[in-house]
Amino acid sequence: MKNENRKSNKTKLINNLYKSLYRIRTIEEKIALIYPTDQIKSPVHLSIGQEAVTVGACAALLEADVVFGTYRGHSLYLAKGGDLNGMMAELYGKSTGVAGGKGGSMHLVDTNRGIMGMSAVVATTIPQAAGYAYAFKVMKQNNIVVSFFGDGATEEGVFHETLNFAALKKLPMIFVCENNQYAVLSHQSERQSNTNIAERASVYGMHSEKIDQNDPYTIYEKVNWARNQIIEKGRGPFFFECMTERYREHVGPSERDDIKTLSAEIVDPLQQLSKLVSSDFKQNVFKEVDLELKQAINFAEKSAFPAKDSLYKDVYA
Amino acid sequence: MPKSNINTRSISYAEAINEATRQLMSQDESVFVLGIGVDDPRGIYGTTSNLSREFGQDRVVNMPLAEDAITGIASGSSMAGMRPIVVHERMDFMLLAMNQLINVAAKSHYMYGGAVKVPMVVRSIIGRSWGQGAQHSQALQSFFMHVPGLKVIAPTTPYDAKGALVASIKDDNPVIFIEHRMLHNYKGQVPKDLYSVPFGKARILRAGHDITIVGISHAMVECIRAAKSLATSSISAEVIDPISLSPLDVQTICESVEKTGNLLIVDNGWTTCGASAEIMSLVIENVQGQDKVNMKRMGFEFVTSPTTKILEDLYYPDSRRIAKAGYDLLMGKETDWEPDVQESPEIDEFKGPF
Repeated sequence: MKNENRKSNKTKLINNLYKSLYRIRTIEEKIALIYPTDQIKSPVHLSIGQEAVTVGACAALLEADVVFGTYRGHSLYLAKGGDLNGMMAELYGKSTGVAGGKGGSMHLVDTNRGIMGMSAVVATTIPQAAGYAYAFKVMKQNNIVVSFFGDGATEEGVFHETLNFAALKKLPMIFVCENNQYAVLSHQSERQSNTNIAERASVYGMHSEKIDQNDPYTIYEKVNWARNQIIEKGRGPFFFECMTERYREHVGPSERDDIKTLSAEIVDPLQQLSKLVSSDFKQNVFKEVDLELKQAINFAEKSAFPAKDSLYKDVYA
Repeated sequence: MPKSNINTRSISYAEAINEATRQLMSQDESVFVLGIGVDDPRGIYGTTSNLSREFGQDRVVNMPLAEDAITGIASGSSMAGMRPIVVHERMDFMLLAMNQLINVAAKSHYMYGGAVKVPMVVRSIIGRSWGQGAQHSQALQSFFMHVPGLKVIAPTTPYDAKGALVASIKDDNPVIFIEHRMLHNYKGQVPKDLYSVPFGKARILRAGHDITIVGISHAMVECIRAAKSLATSSISAEVIDPISLSPLDVQTICESVEKTGNLLIVDNGWTTCGASAEIMSLVIENVQGQDKVNMKRMGFEFVTSPTTKILEDLYYPDSRRIAKAGYDLLMGKETDWEPDVQESPEIDEFKGPF
């Protein structure tokens, strides 16, 4: 590839990363503003501050690649291409929501975009991701699965059970730990004897790396490289521990108590990316996102609540 | 159940399980088996023997000792279009997988608004005898009956074992398929072809008009023996095998109770909050206000399963005590009637280690 081409591809990618991150940040900040009005009667776990991980990783994925995530899932859902109208309506508990109002903020899903679901119980989607990857391997489908989880999940037994199996069977999957260092209000150092999660993962016999920069481009490059290794060379699984920050409290719209004292130290990925993007591009993004968000909120507000008989629907397939 | 003909032959319950699995694996590439020891030389009492030779180790996956992950791996693969059959050599081990079963598998279809399906079968085997004891003999069917989104089936005969497993594998939901170690060697007429035994349909194994006896899993075998003892005193017992515990065919049981006026439920499990409690509640809700009905439940004694045989024999309801309970229920009082002794060869002849 010529240097110019490479440069223009990188610019395009940076623009896309900026747009994706700005869009998610703006949507979640709006959710935080709406939240006190009580229209969203569902616990929300905002990703504000840690969007770089899912934005960067999903930029390296194809639509047919599959992701599994956590209750802090808005960012993953949107980064992987999940439908915004369906998400907003789901938060409002409406029939047009992605789960018909039965899942709420913590159980977003969009199977057409390879978003296979998010769970409210820590670590529970990790083995499911491995199962999906096993199916890809057996069915010889040339796609990968990415399992997203937090630092707390790495303390659960099923995390270790799954890493062992995934490495044993050389599954086409990537484990991405979004390490924001907190399980609710408990710091990682209170919970883990060895806080180097990537090191702990490596002993299962897989390539494992810690990514310190909370930067979507770096994360994109690593995940893109790992994806190519899996698809072209049949290697896998891979493990990335991505250091990041959650600016808001564990659940709900408020800022963390300590965020003001920390904010001087924090390198915000959106601000960093903003420096690399032209102001014309940004102006367009502002307008586009503003319009899309207004329409989505309008869609959610205008949609009907589910019919009463839908209570009994989908108990069994 | 079919009478013997050219398309049926006598095979054991374990062979019936193996045959259903093999036939469906041949028919449908998405069906696969996973579990601890499924591809070892013993092949889960023969129920998974020789399958990997035919279908390869990608479809008969000997798993690490990780029950919770195994269950999640199964449900994840089912969301990708596969039809996993998880096997637990003992039902007790399912307690290590409750998070993935109850929090995830049972709920996924509903909480994702029908966007995903989780077709998976979880086979588990209840142990008994030869000192299985506290952690190798639990019967936890009521745990799973309690949860919407799961189906629960516990066939007793080889015919029903094959047909119910076929129905379970073809079902689009998580199914808890309950076997009993004492049933594995039982022989019966089983068709060679594939057939399904439907969920939610009980089977009347013996027709009668004086008392209705409902028996679950291996308890059913003892109930049939008890019915024979009662017959020597001219008491005609109708014996019903629910087969499917969730959904439950309460109608067949109620129709029988309306006829006999007497109901004895014998569970292969504890009675407290158990399957017998659920069945009795449903019957009461359906027949109350009508004729007087006498009812009684039996099950494991409400203690932890002991290992020594002298105590173990007291722990399980046997055919003698079942017959006696039925007789006394009919008489409306305690009597000194003594039933004929019926042998329980599957228990008496069972030699361990497991």
